Amino acid sequence: MALAHGGVRPARTAGLTLLGLLPVAFLVVFFAWPVVAIVGRGFSAGGVDTVLGDPQTWRLTGFTLASAAASTVVAVVAGLPVAFLLARVRLPGVGLARTIVLVPFVLPTVVVGLAFRALWPDGGVLPLVLANAFFNVAVVARTVSGLWAHLDPRATEAARALGASPWRAFRTVTLPALAPAVASAAAVVFLFCATSFGVVLILGGGNFRTLETEIYLRTVDLLDLSGAAALSLLQFAAVVAALALGAVARRRRENAVRLRSAQVTARCPQGGQWYVVGAAVAVLGLLLIPIFALLVESVSTADGWSFAGYRALSGTGANGALQVTGWVAAQNSLAAATDATLLAMAIGVIASVVLVALRRSPGRLAHGMGETMDAALMLPLGVSAVTVGFGYLVTLDALPGDLRTSPMLVPLAQALVIIPLVVRMILPVLRAIDERLRQAAATLGASPARVWREIDLPLAARSLVAAAGFGFVVALGEFGATSFLARPDAPTLPVAVATLIGRPGELNNQMAYAGCALLMLVTVVAVVLIDRFGSVGEF
Amino acid sequence: MFPRTARTVLGLTSVAVLAGACSLSGGDSGGSAGSDQQNPTVTLVTHDSFAAPQDVLDAFQRQSGITLKIVKSGDAGALTNKLVLTKGNPVGDVAYGVDNTFASRALGEDVFQPYTSPEADRGPQRYSVDPEHRLSAVDVGDVCVNVDTGYFASKGIPAPASYDDLADPKYKDLMVAESPATASPGLAFLLGTVAKYGESGWPDYWNRLKANGLKIDSGWEEAYTKDFSGSSGKGPRPIVVSYASSPAAELGQDGKPRTKALLDTCFRQVEYAGVLTGGKQQPQAQKVVDFLLSQQFQATVAANMYVYPARTGVELPAGWATAAPLPSAPGTMAADKIQAGREKWIGTWRSLMGA
Repeated sequence: MALAHGGVRPARTAGLTLLGLLPVAFLVVFFAWPVVAIVGRGFSAGGVDTVLGDPQTWRLTGFTLASAAASTVVAVVAGLPVAFLLARVRLPGVGLARTIVLVPFVLPTVVVGLAFRALWPDGGVLPLVLANAFFNVAVVARTVSGLWAHLDPRATEAARALGASPWRAFRTVTLPALAPAVASAAAVVFLFCATSFGVVLILGGGNFRTLETEIYLRTVDLLDLSGAAALSLLQFAAVVAALALGAVARRRRENAVRLRSAQVTARCPQGGQWYVVGAAVAVLGLLLIPIFALLVESVSTADGWSFAGYRALSGTGANGALQVTGWVAAQNSLAAATDATLLAMAIGVIASVVLVALRRSPGRLAHGMGETMDAALMLPLGVSAVTVGFGYLVTLDALPGDLRTSPMLVPLAQALVIIPLVVRMILPVLRAIDERLRQAAATLGASPARVWREIDLPLAARSLVAAAGFGFVVALGEFGATSFLARPDAPTLPVAVATLIGRPGELNNQMAYAGCALLMLVTVVAVVLIDRFGSVGEF
Repeated sequence: MFPRTARTVLGLTSVAVLAGACSLSGGDSGGSAGSDQQNPTVTLVTHDSFAAPQDVLDAFQRQSGITLKIVKSGDAGALTNKLVLTKGNPVGDVAYGVDNTFASRALGEDVFQPYTSPEADRGPQRYSVDPEHRLSAVDVGDVCVNVDTGYFASKGIPAPASYDDLADPKYKDLMVAESPATASPGLAFLLGTVAKYGESGWPDYWNRLKANGLKIDSGWEEAYTKDFSGSSGKGPRPIVVSYASSPAAELGQDGKPRTKALLDTCFRQVEYAGVLTGGKQQPQAQKVVDFLLSQQFQATVAANMYVYPARTGVELPAGWATAAPLPSAPGTMAADKIQAGREKWIGTWRSLMGA
């Protein structure tokens, strides 16, 4: 792997460009081409300007942006104390917290929507905002703690020794160092919230509509492609604006910070830190409420408590609601998520390495290329799954083998969703690595590959494993693209749960909730294994 | 300094690159299976609710030598629109699940080939929508208002029976329905009221429903499992828009249904199958249509998909006669009339209900 650093040679830049082409090619074939093709059809049909001129459209846009921003704020405020807990605190139970915070992410949106409906029977804006935040606390906690765990605490200690209060030390030393990770996480959360579909539909009760639900309705129910194209364009503009804001926030703050092993930085909390720990515990407690509600649903029937739903997982539901058993659906989920994670890690790591190198390269061209590629990698999170899915239908038959009905489509689509997450988790750590360390190694005669191996990789190893684990978990729970894409009869667990909950009958309902419990269990096991594997060889 | 970790992670990364490449090429080779004429593969595109016992599918495969590949693809509307989008180069050879609310769009776009199945005169032709027989009816389902019989028994008031009853103040704040813009039972219920009260009368009926405290949910799941009192969720409302067959799934410990469908409030949905224009396996695709109309397959649809067979003389599961009888005179509407009015009615409904 060619890694450029100060005083880069033309040959190395060429190698870098070549390497960078791989993620770009993936994005072009599996994202840009299908999206452009389907939006283009809408444009050629005309009528786009009518939709853009409709005041209703702008109300939709306003509500979409405002509710997504509100959810992002809630997720960041709730996620930061948890990030502190995961990164800095050495107490029994922190490992458990690391696992718990990920569980909401894999739950099918329809089920979480119904759980929130149990608390707010009439829906509304508040449960909508909270439900979207509920899914995304994990993004903030995991992304930020990845960097926080490696921050050298001595800078804060120095500030404290010079008389700064703990809050002032946090504000002036720690927060600026964390800013890139916080901005990254906020951008990802915003994109997830702005394009959330099932939650808005269930909790908005049809009264609150967003660009995403409107694109879905116009595409899927009405086949109004020109209307959908106009709204996709607006969504795209909003996403690019959000990404630009995030990039500005990152660039203003981004600088090399000293990174240390996580083992050294975690310690027992002192003084005011206990309040932060308390806040984190409170957040985890709130996250557990809907989770417990689902577990209770899975064992309650009109005639009392019963484990019938769990027993039914070995079958196909009442009257054969499913084509395969619940266990087979779980296996399908594991297989698809594994493929998607491998694919996303390969592409995400290459992209991150290229991005870091481009940034370190001299010249505005390299910088510009880096910024563009960085933003482009995030776009799949901000474009409607239905737009991408319908785009696949009109383009992918041109590839050899007609991928449109291939089982590979699910891992491909899932990879598209998790590549941005992988990049966002790895990039802040790679960028924060002190350039002088690398230059020193190079001066001593190390090849670029060796610099990467000896300096970057060990410092980034934990983030790599964390990104893979997080990506895997997201792929496990991914529902939008998975449910939408034409695929043979191999439902993943979230798809099976949604099918079951769409059928009448108590047993199907209980089995759906038991399926959620199984999904949580699989997630917890996967996360525990990955976290253990991740720390085995570390330092 | 950290050679072991480094090598492990580097190794993993290269494995990941290779595995990614392998999976991709694996997907490439999957598409060519259909060209084998000895044991041809026919792709059946259908909706998410498709369900059939594996042994019946296996038996068809043994008898016909046709390998059936099933691709599920959204609900009836999404399925139809996907077929329209891919009509030049369809994703399959035969499609099942386009219903009477979307049939006209599919027929207008020439998505299907004419084909008259020899099995079609055993009942399915009753539901014919097209003189060229491009679509064959496979199953019939009715969207009806369902009530929680226990609720009304305990309150000592009679359950409602007709559309007009639902607007009666006696039943204020008791009903929940789905939005026709986002849920297919919601659309069917709206069409039922248009069929009943006519083009000029239906908005007034909905105003009465609204004044009577009708609650609108975006999907069947919320309405039926959270707001309806007669299902597992034990919600607050005893009247819900669902299906004529739903009570068959709501059996108490005594084996008797806890809910019932109001047979005077139904709208009929018919689901069709047809051979896709431009498919690569035309003669075999016709055999699949024959199979869907055959006695063997028709006998499975009630228990597996909660719909009634289009074929006559097919035995229904035990209990359906009492729990889920097929309404004798449901509301109906010609497919082309639905196609012409659907979007306009949904638009009017949205402004009427403020949704």
